[in-house]
Amino acid sequence: MIRDLSWIDPLYLVLALRWTLGLTVLALLGGAPLGLIVAAVGSMHRPAARWLARGYVGVVQGIPLLAWLFLFFFGFPIFGIEVPAWLAASFAFSVYASGFLGEIWRGAIQSIPRTQWEASVSIGMSYVEQLRHVIIPQAVRIATPPTVGFMVQLVKNTSLASVIGFVELTREGQMTAAATLAQLPVYLMVGALYFVVCYPLTTFSRVLERRLHGVR
Amino acid sequence: MAYSFNFRDVFAAKDALLDGLALTLQLTATTIVFGFLIGLGVAATAVYGSRWAKRAAHAYVEIIRNTPLIVQLFVVFFGLPSVGIKLGVFTVATIGLAINLGAYAAEIIRAGIESIPRSQVEAGISLGFTRTQIFRHVVLVPALKNVYPSLMSQFVLLMLATSVASQIAAPELFYAGSIIQSRTYRDFEVYTVIAVVYLALAILLRMLFAVAHRLVFRR
Repeated sequence: MIRDLSWIDPLYLVLALRWTLGLTVLALLGGAPLGLIVAAVGSMHRPAARWLARGYVGVVQGIPLLAWLFLFFFGFPIFGIEVPAWLAASFAFSVYASGFLGEIWRGAIQSIPRTQWEASVSIGMSYVEQLRHVIIPQAVRIATPPTVGFMVQLVKNTSLASVIGFVELTREGQMTAAATLAQLPVYLMVGALYFVVCYPLTTFSRVLERRLHGVR
Repeated sequence: MAYSFNFRDVFAAKDALLDGLALTLQLTATTIVFGFLIGLGVAATAVYGSRWAKRAAHAYVEIIRNTPLIVQLFVVFFGLPSVGIKLGVFTVATIGLAINLGAYAAEIIRAGIESIPRSQVEAGISLGFTRTQIFRHVVLVPALKNVYPSLMSQFVLLMLATSVASQIAAPELFYAGSIIQSRTYRDFEVYTVIAVVYLALAILLRMLFAVAHRLVFRR
């Protein structure tokens, strides 16, 4: 049955946006702690640790997100665990986010002058204490603009969760398009909704960036 | 029940995988060429254009960078026929991906152009260079040299993003994977192989760009 596009359809699209945002939040909840570990290991003095972190980032960033989604979606059942699409997607996006956030944060940590490390080790701090009390508080300022910028990537890329059947904004759009055959208006609407979420974040990231360089 | 992995069926379809790989490489190469040219044009417009041209360039960059690639591909895929343009799916994918890459490349190149100090241009003028000479030798080449790493990372990301074109049925590597999956039901094995191929491709591409850097920007 083909039906006409009606006033209710944009409303459904707007409502589907909450799943897009929900998945983004889940990806950050999983990806941020993991990314922090990647950044911490990648900033260690020991070369083996650095290589480990670099290897992890290289693998995460060298495989398409679509492949990560399918690997988790089809990977869990192998161990006899049936997971819903949203959970598989959360895992895939957490891994994806951890790779990119880990790299951003490692860069921020390494931009802190060596003297800060030396001063803090000379007063007997452990590696974790150094990071927690001296390095990270300073690195946060530098890391914030690109982190917000990455959140834009994340929001946009949750659209790929549609391919494993998770009903977020893009999947909702596909279903509306299939039912009404009004593909172009529907996808323009879907695009506009992403823009409404992402553009303020992009602008915010830019403001933060400018403020950071203005202070210096 | 323990799962028994079976890669044999996947490797049996290696011809389909290689065809897909070839098309992924072709899609990546053509998109990089067109995307780079779009980026160059838009970046130059954003810096030197009239007020309205600047605004248009800015709008293009913001719209593309703040919407998902998959939606952009759908808009091109369904939009072109609705204005009477009928093209093959591979061409449609190239257009969509080039429009996408163009915005990211424009932003990177613009940053490069703006990183060139004004005094360099003034020095060029005082040496009697023409405007084109100044743009080419004093601005563009050093600008590209400055942003080379970002631009190349963007190209690697683009190579990985060509996989999204499978969603409009462009017959590249990822699409080949989904065909093999539907024939063999070896989903995990198929996507493992696909993931490894993309990873190898990403590493090779990074190495290639590192070598190219030495050749292009040597003094």
